[in-house]
Amino acid sequence: MKLGALAAVMSLALVACGTTNNNTGNTQAPPPTANMKPLDKVGPGEGQLNLIAWEGYVDDSWAKPFTTQTGCVINAKYAGYSDEMVSLMKSGGGGQYDMVSASGDADLRLIYSGDVRPMNEKLIPDFNTFQTYFKNPPYNTISGVHYGISLQWGPNTLLYSTTKFPNKPTSWNVIYDPANRGLITVPDNPIQIADAALYLSKTQPSLGIKDPYELTKPQFDAAVKLLTDQRPLIKKYWALASDEISLFQNGDVVVGAAWPYQTIQLKAAGAKVDDTIPTEGATGWGDTWMLATKAPHPNCAYLWTQYVSTAKVQAEQALFFGETPVNTQACAQMEALQAGSCAQYHANAPGSYFDSIHFWKTPIPTCADGSQNCIPYDKWVSAWTTIKG
Amino acid sequence: MWNTENFQRLIEEPAYRSIIGRTVFMAVLVTVTDAVLAFPFAYFMARVASRRVQTLLFAAVLLPLWASYLARVYAWILILNHNGLLNWSLQSIGLPPAEIGYTNVAMWIVFSYIWLPFMIIPTYAALERVPESLLEAAADLGARRWRAVRDVVLPLALPGVVAGSIFTFSLTLGDYITPILVGGAGSSFIGNVIYSNVGIANNIPFAAALAIVPVAIMAVYLLIAQRLGAFEAL
Repeated sequence: MKLGALAAVMSLALVACGTTNNNTGNTQAPPPTANMKPLDKVGPGEGQLNLIAWEGYVDDSWAKPFTTQTGCVINAKYAGYSDEMVSLMKSGGGGQYDMVSASGDADLRLIYSGDVRPMNEKLIPDFNTFQTYFKNPPYNTISGVHYGISLQWGPNTLLYSTTKFPNKPTSWNVIYDPANRGLITVPDNPIQIADAALYLSKTQPSLGIKDPYELTKPQFDAAVKLLTDQRPLIKKYWALASDEISLFQNGDVVVGAAWPYQTIQLKAAGAKVDDTIPTEGATGWGDTWMLATKAPHPNCAYLWTQYVSTAKVQAEQALFFGETPVNTQACAQMEALQAGSCAQYHANAPGSYFDSIHFWKTPIPTCADGSQNCIPYDKWVSAWTTIKG
Repeated sequence: MWNTENFQRLIEEPAYRSIIGRTVFMAVLVTVTDAVLAFPFAYFMARVASRRVQTLLFAAVLLPLWASYLARVYAWILILNHNGLLNWSLQSIGLPPAEIGYTNVAMWIVFSYIWLPFMIIPTYAALERVPESLLEAAADLGARRWRAVRDVVLPLALPGVVAGSIFTFSLTLGDYITPILVGGAGSSFIGNVIYSNVGIANNIPFAAALAIVPVAIMAVYLLIAQRLGAFEAL
C-alpha cells in the first residue's frame, strides 16, 4: 500500500543518522531490501524483459540488436513523470516489471519503499570506466550498496531567446525578474523548489543553504516565498518538454528553466534560442536503471544493464536524447557519431564540474547533520500546489 | 485513525479555498455563457429553421463531438497563443495583440466551446416540445412574438436549460485537462490538486477529502435542478 510505504520511509528516516558523502553515496538508514543478496553471476536470459522507461530510452536502434544478441524480448512501458514510475513499480504487487530507468527524484522513494533491490556492480564490466561521481551517487547508492546502475545525466539549464537576450544571461535572476513578467516558464514539478533554494544559497548566504534538497523550515519558507513572488511573472508552468518547446516557438515566453533536450529540438527547428548554466550553478538529473525487488527476469535485466552501459550504446542514447553518458569511454563514440558532441554535452567534464551540478534526490526529513529538521517531499508537493495556485 | 484534519486543512489554507472558488466560479460562468449562447441557437433550430437547415445545424452541433476532446483543446491553443490565429487576425486589421493565451480567460473560452453542444441539445429538445397551440393562443390574446417567447416559451424551456446546465456545470467542475493545457500560472482546478495528491504526493486521504467537495456541490446542484423540473426534460 502506497501510504504504508510512505510511512515506512518516514519511520526509517526517523531512525537514520549520518552524513552524505559522495564517495560511498548516501549513508542513511538501511532500506528494506538492503540485505537481499544480489546475483553473483549472470545466467542465461529468460527470454523476456519488462521495462518502465522514459520515452526514447528503449529505442529500436539499440534495443533490437540487444534482443538479437541475448534473446530477451523487451516489453517497454513508457512513463511521463517520475511519480508515474513510482506508482507503476508498485502496481500489481510489484512483480510485473523488471527494471525502471528512474530519475534521482524518484530513486530514494523506490529504495525506501522496498520496490527495488541491490545490484551487483561487478557484473557490469563497463562500470569501471564510469565517471567517478556516477559510480556512487547519493541518489542511488546507500552505505556502499548500489540500488541500480547509473545511466545518463543532464543539467537543468537556463533556456533563453537570443533575440530578447543578445547577451548571455549570467544569473538565474532573469526568471525572478519582474521585467520579464509574463514571458517566463518553469517546470511544473515540486523539485523546482530546489532550484529556488540553489539560487538563494548564492544570493542570500545568510540563510545558510548548503544542499538545496535538505532545507530547514526557514530555508524552505524563503524558497517558497521566492517562488510565490515569481508566480505572477510566469506565463505557464510546463509539464511536458514539448509544451515548453511550443511556448518558445510561438513566442509566448522568452526565458525559462529547461533541459538540453528542448534546446536541441528548438535549434533544430530554427528557433533563435540558446542555453547556459548560470553562475549560481544548476540542478540536474541522473537516471539509473533499477532492478525491481520481485523482478521476474533478473538475468535479462543484468544483460540489459551490461548492454546499455557499453560505450557504444551510451553514446547512441546520449545523442538520441540530448543527455550525457556516465561511461567516460563513450566520448570517442560520440565524436564519431557527431563531431564536437563530447564537449558540448560535458561528457569529458573533470570531476570538479559536478560540484556545480546539484543532482535531484528525494527530499527526506533527515538533514546532513543527522537532525530531523529537514522538510520531506510530501511537504514540497503541498507547498508546490500553493505556489502555483 | 479517523479525524477531520484533512478537511480542516482544506478550509484553513487560503490556497485551497481559492482553488475551489476558482473552479466553482468557472463552472458557473461557463454554464451561464453556454445558456446565453445556446438558447437563441436552439430556438432557431427548433422553431424557425426549415427541416433541411435543421438537419445541417444538428450535424454542425454534433460533429465536433466526434473529434477528440484533446484535438479540440489543442486547436484552441493554436488560435489563442502569442503567434496564433487570433493575434495574427488582430494585427492584420491594425489592432494590438490580445495576450489571452494561457490565462483564465482562455480557459473560459475553451470550456464554453467544448461543452456548448451539451447545452444546445436539451434546450432544443425542450423548445421543440412547446406546443404550437400555446403560441397561437398567446397571439390570439394579443401577445407579440417577444412577449410570447418571454412569458410562454422561456418558462416551458427552462427545465431543458437547467438539464443542459447539469452537463456544463459538472463537466467544468470535474475537468483537469483543460487547466493543464490552456491554463497559465494560477489556473489550478480541484481536479488538478486531487491529481497531484494521488500521483505525486501519494497523499490519498487528502485527495479523498478534496474529492468530497465537488460531490457535495453537485448534490446541492442536482437538488435545485430537480426542483426546477430538469429531470422531466431529460
